[in-house]
Parts: sequence; C-alpha cells; structure tokens
Amino acid sequence: MTIALNINDNAYEVDVDENMPLLWVLRDELGLVGTKYSCGIGVCGACCVLIEGAPVRSCAIRVGDVKNRVTTIEGTREQPTARAVQESWVATQVAQCGYCQPGQIITAIALLEANASVDDEQIERALAGVLCRCGTYSRIRKAVKSAARQLAAQRPNQDSE
Amino acid sequence: MISRRTLLLGSAAVAGGVAIGYRHARLPDANPLTAELGAGQTALTPYVIIDQSGVTIITPRAEMGQGIHTTLAALVAEELDIALTDVHVEHGPASETYSNDVAFKPQASRGRLDDLRQVIWPARSTRATHFTGGQSSIQDAYVKMRKAGAAARAALLMAAAKTLRVPPGSLVTDNGAVVDPNGRRIPYADLAAAAAKVELLQEPTLKPRAEWKLLGKSQPRVDMVDKCAGSAEFAIDVKHPDMLFATARLNPHLGSVMRSFDASKAETRRGVRKIVAIEQGVIVIATNTWYAFEAAKALEFDWGDAPYPHSTAGHREAVERAMDYEYHSRPRDEGDVDAVLADSELIEGEYRAPYLAHATMEPLSAVALFKEGRLDIWAGNQRPTKAVLISAAIARIDPARVKVHTTYMGGGFGRRLETDFVSTAVHAAMACAGTPVKVTWSREEDMTHGVYRPMAMARFRAAVSGHKPLALDLKVSSPSLVSSADVRYAGSSEDRPDKFTVTGARDQPYQIEHYRVTAYRPPNLLPVGWWRSVGESQNSFFHESIMDELAHAARVDPLTMRLAALKHAPSRKVLERVAEMSNWGSGLPVGHAMGVAYVLSSGAATAQVMEVRSTNAGIEILNAYVAVDVGIALDPRNIEAQIEGSLIFGLAAATKGEITVTNGRVDQTNFHDYPLPRMGQLPAITVSIVESGQRIFGVGESATASTAPALGNAIFAATGRRLRELPFAKSVRFL
Repeated sequence: MTIALNINDNAYEVDVDENMPLLWVLRDELGLVGTKYSCGIGVCGACCVLIEGAPVRSCAIRVGDVKNRVTTIEGTREQPTARAVQESWVATQVAQCGYCQPGQIITAIALLEANASVDDEQIERALAGVLCRCGTYSRIRKAVKSAARQLAAQRPNQDSE
Repeated sequence: MISRRTLLLGSAAVAGGVAIGYRHARLPDANPLTAELGAGQTALTPYVIIDQSGVTIITPRAEMGQGIHTTLAALVAEELDIALTDVHVEHGPASETYSNDVAFKPQASRGRLDDLRQVIWPARSTRATHFTGGQSSIQDAYVKMRKAGAAARAALLMAAAKTLRVPPGSLVTDNGAVVDPNGRRIPYADLAAAAAKVELLQEPTLKPRAEWKLLGKSQPRVDMVDKCAGSAEFAIDVKHPDMLFATARLNPHLGSVMRSFDASKAETRRGVRKIVAIEQGVIVIATNTWYAFEAAKALEFDWGDAPYPHSTAGHREAVERAMDYEYHSRPRDEGDVDAVLADSELIEGEYRAPYLAHATMEPLSAVALFKEGRLDIWAGNQRPTKAVLISAAIARIDPARVKVHTTYMGGGFGRRLETDFVSTAVHAAMACAGTPVKVTWSREEDMTHGVYRPMAMARFRAAVSGHKPLALDLKVSSPSLVSSADVRYAGSSEDRPDKFTVTGARDQPYQIEHYRVTAYRPPNLLPVGWWRSVGESQNSFFHESIMDELAHAARVDPLTMRLAALKHAPSRKVLERVAEMSNWGSGLPVGHAMGVAYVLSSGAATAQVMEVRSTNAGIEILNAYVAVDVGIALDPRNIEAQIEGSLIFGLAAATKGEITVTNGRVDQTNFHDYPLPRMGQLPAITVSIVESGQRIFGVGESATASTAPALGNAIFAATGRRLRELPFAKSVRFL
C-alpha cells in the first residue's frame, strides 16, 4: 500500500506496512536520520518530530495515521523559532554526545512556537519528556530561556495578549 | 562528490603525498595515515594532514560526548598556529600508533600489526591500546599532541624557507599561514608538498603556557553545530545505497549459546531478506529496521541455560560467599589492623551495590560491508584496533584487510569498549557479501545484553581514637571485569590480577595508622565491564560512607575529619573549596542537611557536598556542590559540563539504578524500568575547577563516584538513617 506523506514541505510516497512507526519511515525509507531511535516505546523523546507544529513521538505513531505536515530536525532551519532555538543551543554549548538533542530541540521549538514567554515550570514540563544520559539539562534550560528572550524581543506584540 | 572523510579513510592506498612518522619515525609503517593518503595529501605526523583544501587534525580518542575532539584538536592547533574553526577534525584510522600510553604502558613492540597479532591474537589478553576511557585521554595527549602540532609547524616553516630561499628564522606563522618579512602570507595548504620533504623535529619546543591562545580558554566545540542541526553522524545514521537493515536476538542467558530456533513465523514477514544463525542467537536482515525488529519478535528459540545463578538473590549470595574463602588480593596493609581492632570498640557494617547498565541513548549499532575480501565497519567504538581484530577473526581475513571507521557515539560510558555489537554487524555483512548492512540492537536487546557494572559488596570493621579514624579493615567482593572480559574474548579466564576491583578502595590518600583493604573474587556471574568511573563507582560509595560513619562515631565533623586525615595538598584544597561553596557548617533551615564525600580518581582530587531536605513525603535533593582538581584546565566550559554530567550519571545510579535477574534473564528492558533523571528532578549543581598546576587530569568520571556517598551521607545527616545499599530508592522515597 502506498502512503503519501508531507515531510519538511516535500511530498513523498512510501510503500510500507501502514503499521510501521513514522520513525522508521523517516530513518530507513527516506534517509532522514536526524530523528533518533532510542527507546521505541515513547518514553525517551529522542524521536520527536513536529506534526502541524505539535511535538509527536515518531516511534509511537503509525505511518498510516499520519495525515498532516511533518517537520523533522532537517526541515526546521529556515523557521525563525527554530533558528533562534538552534543558535541558542550552539551559543550555550548544550550538546555532549548530542544523540538526544534533535528531540530536545524539536520539543523546545514546539514550546516556544506556542508561547515565547515561558517560565521555568513550563520549560520543565515540556522538556521533562526528553531524556539526556549525558546530563545536559541545565544548559538545555538556559538555552530555551535565551531563545525565548530573543524571540520575545523579535515579536513584542504577541506576548501582551 | 567524495567527502574528505571518504578520501581520507575510505580510499585505497593511492601513492600521493609523502607521509612522515613522528612518534615512530624509524618504523616503516608507524604512521597509519601513510597508506590512507589521497593524491596531494601530506601527513605531518600521525595527527596532521595537509592538502589543498586545508588542515585535518586526527583526534584518535572516541568522541562520545565528553568533548575530547575539541580539546585534542586545540592541543595540535595551539602549536600549529591555526584557528579551530579552520581545521577539520577526524577520529582517524584504527592503529596502535594511537596507543593510549596512560591506560596502557608502552611496549617496545607496539606500533606494527604483525607484532600486535603476536601480542594479542589469539591471546586471551584484551590488549588493544587504541583506547578511550578512564579519564586518560587528556593526560595521554597533553604533551604528545602539542608536539605533533609543533613538529608540523616547524616543518611548514622549513618548507617555506626552502621555497622562498630565506633563512627559517626570518619567517613566522600566523593563523594558518607562514608569513615572510614583507608580510606575504603563504597558506599552509600551499606548503603541503614541500613540507612532506622536510625531516620532522623529534623534540620540538613547546610554547610556554603564557603564550597559549586556545588552551586554557573555553572553545566552541567542533561538533556542536552539527549536533544541534541533527546532522552529526552516529553509527546508527550511516547511510549507503542499497543498504540492508538488521537486528540481533541473542540468548538472554548471557554468555550461553542458542541450541535451536524456529524462524517459520518470522521468515515470511514483510521486508525480511535473510535470517542468519550465529552461536549466541540470530540476526534478522530486512529492508527496514522495523521489519527486522518485528520479525525478530516472531522467532522462537531454545536457549542454552544461564551459566550463573538464575536470580538476583543467587548473585548476591555468590558475591557474599566469596568472602568466606581465601582473599584474592590485599593491596593495602598498613599497621596492625587485627591487633588494634581486637582492643577497640568496633564500628562494623556491610554495604551493597547492584549491577548497572550503561544505557547509552544511542542503542548499540554498527554498519559493515564485506566486499572483495575486505571488510569495512562503521561503528562508534572506544577501542578500534580491538574491533579490527575481532572482526578479522570472524571474517577469517587478515586484520590489514579490515577498516574501522569510527563515528560519533551517542554515549559510550565504557559500553563501546566492547565489540559484541560490531561482531553482529560483521556476521550480517558476511551473510550478504557485497551489500552493506546496518545492525541496530533494539533498546530491549541493548538493555538485557549489557556488560554491566559489577554487583559488589563490602564489609568493614573500624575503630576511632579521639577525633580521627584509628583503624579500618575494609573487605570488598565483586566479580572481576578482567576475568569476565577474558571469558567474552578468549573463551576462558585464568586467575589474573584486576585492579578495578579495588580502585577507589585501596588508593585513597588518607592517613590512617592501621589500614587494610582486601579483595575477594566471586566466580564470574553476569558479564561485567567498564562502567563510567569503574571500580570507584562502588568502592567510593563504600569507602566514603564508611568515613562518614567513622566521623559520626568520633563525634567530629566529617569534612574536618577528612581534612585531618589528608596531607595531599590538592585533596585538602578541593575539600576546603567545596566547604566554602556550600557554606558547610553554617546553619541550615530545619529539615535540611548536608553530606560530603571525597575521591582521588585517576589523579583528580574531587570533593562533593549534597544538600537534601527531609520531608514527610520523602527526600528532596536540593543542591550539589563539587570541586575537582584538574591540574591544568584546558577548556573550563567543557570541564564544567563533564563534571556536571558525570554527577548526574552518578545520581541516576545512587537513587534508582539497578539491574536485576529473574530466571537467568535481566529484568530491565527499557527506560520505563531503568529510569534516568529527567529535567526537573535534579538538584542545582555548582561546579568549581581547581588547578594544582603541574600535571593534568581528566574529569569525566570522578563526580560519578563521589555522588552516591555524598548523597547517602546527606540523608544520614537529615534522617539519622544510614543507607548501606544502592540504589537508595530501595530504602527512601525521593521527591
């Protein structure tokens, strides 16, 4: 069965079992390996992608159920929120092994895209879903805050709502 | 287009630039880059390649998150006089030339594969010295790689002098170029061919520290941009056209064989290409990893029995029973412990630590291609020459026909010193000659087929006199890593010494008049190996909790008692520093308490204070303060990251980490039952770097060791309960 997908604004058709998790379509069928496999059961967050802007664990969604636009780490570069997050990640020197970072960054993008004026608790609630074995959490928090500040400065009107 | 990486590591032996060895200039094959060079490339030392497009620095230690590539590249770049942003950085090929001389003592015969074969193949020893671990990388490289940079720079200056027909003394270097007296710049790339003809200085002069431009200052990591863009390539990400995707199902009775299997429900599943039986299980090869995973679940097996007790209780008993027999080693024996303890009021206790998994975020994974009698392997690995030898043996080819391409590692922590996952990829590739195969172990396979931190226990008897410890008799028992590795790699083990059983217990610089450390060796149980901080991960917990017990028995402040018992200046310094940082001894709010621990770990004196709050609902971990003597701090921001990360790694183990066994199988399968700390569950961490000056020490492990005792001692201070068994969540609830 052929399944049509929109990923990073590109149209794809894949011929796979519709029960295949989106993760494995991205990685092994389409070569989009920035999205990582780690737990496979939706508890670690390394495989997060955006579906219509919302963070989704791609290991826990069947490709047959994907109806909307998917954005992976490879497709985030041009978007202002994503750019702010990634620049801030680099400036804060967050990554150690780096394996979980695409999941962390995607989750942070979704968080800040929805609301750039986040507090510590909101950051914690959103990012607690993504495990990091190296222990980069304090720098992740710092990077999210710095990206948030940068975005708030860019779009002052949105935050006064 | 051929990438630089492919050109460097993947090309056949093209007679291009001339290579000159540096450390082994007189050995014909000492520079492993010689055979790898493409046309127009020059290798100035085994660490520096120059071609028309610029400078590549070989950083041969495994980049598994610790930032080692950046610091090693900075050592070379500092002396070579080039910006870090202007160089490419590569793991480079597998070679004994990249021996880790701190982890392994240099051998006269080292450096040639023929010699290497005699030394370790098929010997039972695990010697393969191109190795990353034990906080040793920076100590090993500190002089060696600066000299490599300095020798390369000197060669470039000589080459420019010859080319320009001017005395070398009239030339200087400036950020990637030689500059002549008229200010004309010749980029290093333009001097590559000429420099290849210059004989390298054997003992180049190194810059004094005062002239350092890169070292001593925090550098942006060379891997950071790629890691934040999702484009950093881990082994699990390696792509080849027409590649197949595979997974392994291995006997969950670890170390035992597969008797038989039934693939009838698996082989007809979608995407399955091949099912390959190996000694310990089966490899399923498919067109997609998920197809392989699903088919692997449908296999039925008759597994050989576990060669160890079937339950955790049996393992605990085996570790305990070893203490009833003659001891294996007694690496410390000062004073007259027995006589003194016979006449003293005894303080006694028994401590326990469980098995632990490495649980790297990237599951074990490797890609292999067997083609025309040659084997190419892409793997994140901490011991490339071992991977070469193990793979050559499986493929029955000469090790010279095996090439290991080391990728970034999604965590290592000692797990990627092993080659079991590489072996599965080689078996898969042998079954699909001509086609590259990626083998990915499922998280469940990874967690249940670990090479675990050993289960351990300790017993102590001690006495205090006045305000200090008078006598300590410490006995530790844990299965030997060395013996377990011998079984894994040579099929059997003989009785060899194993310092890892006692590191952290026998080597602490405390002045205790009557001081004895004795090690007992249980039989091999679960496969055990090198887990971040190794012996110290359990022994520091034992030793430093005991020191706390002694302080309380002597009615003296535990930090003060340690200072009184330590003459080693850097150790005193870190304790004094951590006391300042934590306001040790000043009033705390009701319910709050602090605990301290200290460890000397591969030379790095480390002191840590934990602050907890005891509530009716449980223990809240509020603050962690840690001071580490690194000797010389090359990259403060990265050092802080390592110390903080290693502390969190230790916290995971101290609070919740535990691998247990039921029916001969490991119970934990994934992050739901082997939980790791998440954001919001961690204390505020404050790190202080101490520089004692002359020598340099690595920092990736010591705070992993000091965390459990510091936390346990804090919990005692808060609650009066002495926690003698890890993980603490067995005894207390954490908020």
